[in-house]
Amino acid sequence: MADAVRARGLVKTYGRAGRGGGVTTALDGVDLDVPEGTVLGLLGPNGAGKTTTVRILTTLLVPDAGEAEVAGVDVLRDPQEVRRRIGVSGQYAAVDEYLTGFENLRMVGKLYHQGSRRASERARELLELFSLSDAADRPVKGYSGGMRRRLDLAGALVNDPPVLFLDEPTTGLDPRSRADMWELLQGMVRGGTTVVLTTQYLEEADLLADDIIVIDHGRAIARGTSDQLKAQVGGERVELVVDDATHLDEVRSLLAGVAVGAVEVEPHTRRLTAPVEGGAAVLVRLLAQLEERGVHLSDAGTRRPTMDDVFLTLTGKRTDEPSGTSDQKSGVTA
Amino acid sequence: MSAWRSALGDGATIAQRNLIKVRRVPDLLVGTLISPIMFILLFVYVFGSAIPVPAGTSYAEFLVPGIFAQTVIFGATVTGSGLADDMQKGIIDRFRSLPIAPSAVLVGRTTSDVLTNVLVVLIMVVTGLVVGWRITTSPLEALAGFALLLLFAYACSWVMALVGLLVRSPEVFNNVSFIVIFPITFIANTFVPTQGFPTVLRVIADWNPVSAVTQASRDLFGNPSLAGGSDAWPLQHAALYTLIWSVVLVAVFLPLATRQFKRSAAR
Repeated sequence: MADAVRARGLVKTYGRAGRGGGVTTALDGVDLDVPEGTVLGLLGPNGAGKTTTVRILTTLLVPDAGEAEVAGVDVLRDPQEVRRRIGVSGQYAAVDEYLTGFENLRMVGKLYHQGSRRASERARELLELFSLSDAADRPVKGYSGGMRRRLDLAGALVNDPPVLFLDEPTTGLDPRSRADMWELLQGMVRGGTTVVLTTQYLEEADLLADDIIVIDHGRAIARGTSDQLKAQVGGERVELVVDDATHLDEVRSLLAGVAVGAVEVEPHTRRLTAPVEGGAAVLVRLLAQLEERGVHLSDAGTRRPTMDDVFLTLTGKRTDEPSGTSDQKSGVTA
Repeated sequence: MSAWRSALGDGATIAQRNLIKVRRVPDLLVGTLISPIMFILLFVYVFGSAIPVPAGTSYAEFLVPGIFAQTVIFGATVTGSGLADDMQKGIIDRFRSLPIAPSAVLVGRTTSDVLTNVLVVLIMVVTGLVVGWRITTSPLEALAGFALLLLFAYACSWVMALVGLLVRSPEVFNNVSFIVIFPITFIANTFVPTQGFPTVLRVIADWNPVSAVTQASRDLFGNPSLAGGSDAWPLQHAALYTLIWSVVLVAVFLPLATRQFKRSAAR
């Protein structure tokens, strides 16, 4: 299968050396390949380089080094042709507030040179598809956040692009709108569209992406399917929630004795998590020991590693922490 | 060739979008329309009462072309604030990700702003007629007068476009443009004859293109210059001088603004 997106050694720095301010390296040599009809999830904390990667691939940003090809066209040599073949939906809805939903989409269609009639037809089609028909002729100013995102996504689909770039498509949406968005995206993927998706939500990458690249500090630090990534961070987790926060330290040292990796403690939820070998048997022994010591639990169980665990293991921080704080491995004791 | 067609066609689509916005947010336009009406009334009745005018003419006839010039220049500032506004909002990323000519957004912006300026001129004509301003030349000359005003305003739009793209904030742009344009339109023959200016200011006023636009409109509408006018070359050849300025401004600022648009697109 051919690659719909291919990038090699993408580098992008901001700021200029010798000008007082330091140079920030946003991207430090990222490679990626996305086979046609698959979904690549770019996963990483804020400031890791996800958006920079997408902006380069969508011709909005020129890299300092590296090369990229999208839908068979060189991004640097023929950006205009790339623009004809891609759809882009950004982190902030790229819609005009004063235009109606219909006018927004018709304008985009005309700018794709579809002709006025075709552009109007396509706009109505997409509004229907994205359940925006009722609001079609109202100015976007009165739309909810979820409606704006849907309209923005519709804008990305106006030209039926074979490759779609979505930069944090559900950031800032309420759970209900997020679920709606996921359903829409899954529909598109079934239709054969190649998608590059950035997200801070592991759940989202897990659900939508065939392949995942974890980016941190402008570098790809891990790649693979979600199962492969989970396998990399070991087997099952034991999860305990103590009744009384004063027992946290005691239980942590107990867990440390059986864990095969770091014990994670979340003081505010009184939750402790540790990777172990031999899940259920370990749990049973632990429960017996805790019973003996008179430590009461409000919850206990084993679970398979989630993408959160993957992220924490790979980067030493949670997904919602900014990229800059890598030295403070909060909540993790080795 | 097709790049030009794309710039014009896409520009028209974007101009259409800007005009929809003008229609939907009429308060924007009301501000632009009220201030020239206010200027005409204030100047005619406040300054006009103190400025000596030879018998047979009126201060209103002298003043109105000056207000025309000032107002169309202020009308052109919408280009800068509109672009700065777009740069701040997500919509600019949509435009950039589409296969359109890099100049299309700017072409569309300057076009819609010159069309808005047509409306502004119409309102001012009506107000002018009410306070006693008259056109005494042929319709063709009068048309040429309006065309020259709009052309100069269009050229100014390209300067505003570059500034708007550089400052990237409509509020900052509005402050900056007000501070710059106010003196430029006052150190000129717009509101009073320049004969009484101190020498330095008078030379500036003589070569100020705003004076030339005003003088050219007075000539083409058949309005008086008062105090015999100026014999400086730009004012003796006001229409030509205005044309030269307009062409030069577009020739310099269209490529600069387009380059800045592409550059800020590539950040």
